Amino acid sequence: MLPDNLGTFLSVLWEGVPETVIATVGGIALTIVASFVAGLALLSPSRTVRVISRIYVEGLRGTSEVVQLFWLFFALPILVGFQIVPLWGGIIVLGLNHGAYGAEIVRGSVQSVPRAQYEGAIALSLSPAARMRRVILPQAIVEMIPPFNNLFIQLLKSSSLLSFVFVNEVTRQGQAVLVPLFTAQSFTILLLVLLIYLVLALIITAVMRLLERMASTRLGRRPSEQARRKRVTGAV
Amino acid sequence: MDVWNWDFALSILPALLDGLLITLLATVLGSLLAFTLGLVFALLLRAPLGPVRVLVRGFVEFVRSTPLLVQIFFLFYVLPDYGVVLNAITVGVLGLGLHYATYTAEVYRAGIDAVPRGQWEAATALSLPRYRVWTGVVLPQAVPRVLPALGNYVISMFKETPLLIGIGVFDLVGQAREVGGIEFRYVEAYTLAGLFFLLLSYPSALLLRRLERRVGVL
Repeated sequence: MLPDNLGTFLSVLWEGVPETVIATVGGIALTIVASFVAGLALLSPSRTVRVISRIYVEGLRGTSEVVQLFWLFFALPILVGFQIVPLWGGIIVLGLNHGAYGAEIVRGSVQSVPRAQYEGAIALSLSPAARMRRVILPQAIVEMIPPFNNLFIQLLKSSSLLSFVFVNEVTRQGQAVLVPLFTAQSFTILLLVLLIYLVLALIITAVMRLLERMASTRLGRRPSEQARRKRVTGAV
Repeated sequence: MDVWNWDFALSILPALLDGLLITLLATVLGSLLAFTLGLVFALLLRAPLGPVRVLVRGFVEFVRSTPLLVQIFFLFYVLPDYGVVLNAITVGVLGLGLHYATYTAEVYRAGIDAVPRGQWEAATALSLPRYRVWTGVVLPQAVPRVLPALGNYVISMFKETPLLIGIGVFDLVGQAREVGGIEFRYVEAYTLAGLFFLLLSYPSALLLRRLERRVGVL
């Protein structure tokens, strides 16, 4: 039995897709920046830099994302006297929170580049910056892509939290707009919401596979068996 | 109005602790469900029947790729249509447990795969019955090695329980919102809520890292 209101459901949910996509893409962009800055800082020779980065990473991983979101929306305005546009605030929380997880991915991947690569770069008297940019990072990035794929899907899923702060993204369009109007058809509505997220997750995975292929071709190798396994067992 | 009022912060502590209790309850029950159901998924993913594997694999991937919040809404609004009327916290535990079972299934799978082939062969050579191979040989070796990974998911779940405010559960964050809203003093309420999460999750994470080093990472 195909519900009569399928067209209505899809068009209302569709209105939420841009907000979900903007929040996710913006969040991913900020995650990448935060991950690299904090991840490389974790490897810094300066103790102070390492400690600051560690506090950021553990602080954001240790407190709940919902709390961070509510803090930004309800506590911060009392402190600073103005409220952030919900979508922007959402991007900040999604990006900074997942950036804390990404920092560990960056740190781990950089450390997993064989020691001989450092030594070779030093022997060629490359400057520390050139060493990182030309030798270490191109190899580390191939290793980073599968875990970042998992992280970005987590971020996409977390973007549904923005419905709590009144961003009209897909979840809110479904749960707060459609369900109260068509309660008897909750099953169809929420299944459609889930399917929209599934499609977006598949798009993220497809893009990341493409990037992984490009990154490893640049190094003259195919995606490693190890990286492929990591994708399957990948964790939060 | 001063930004931080200690008297107010102290006065809301009991309410926050009440909420914390609900958060912990949901985490413990959700984890137990996730551990059990995850093992069932992991075993079904190795079922001899092809279609069973495909179905379970599809279901697990679907649940993993979609938001927990929407899944909780789904259970909350759809179950009553089929005559299953549960209170909000029960729905929340079901949602948490089901979602995290799809993660723990992968953890168990990795643990089972790490049991050396020789163990299986020896069990076959001793002609142990199928269930004894699992309960006597494979799982006793697989489960201890995956405990740290399972523990990490418990911590993740703990930090995700505030999603349950979406269906009206008064957990730690729900209480913080409630007591903060009375006098519009959210700074103390949400800061304390965040601190509670940090104080519980960070030491647990450190303990697990130590345990991880002892049993070896898979």
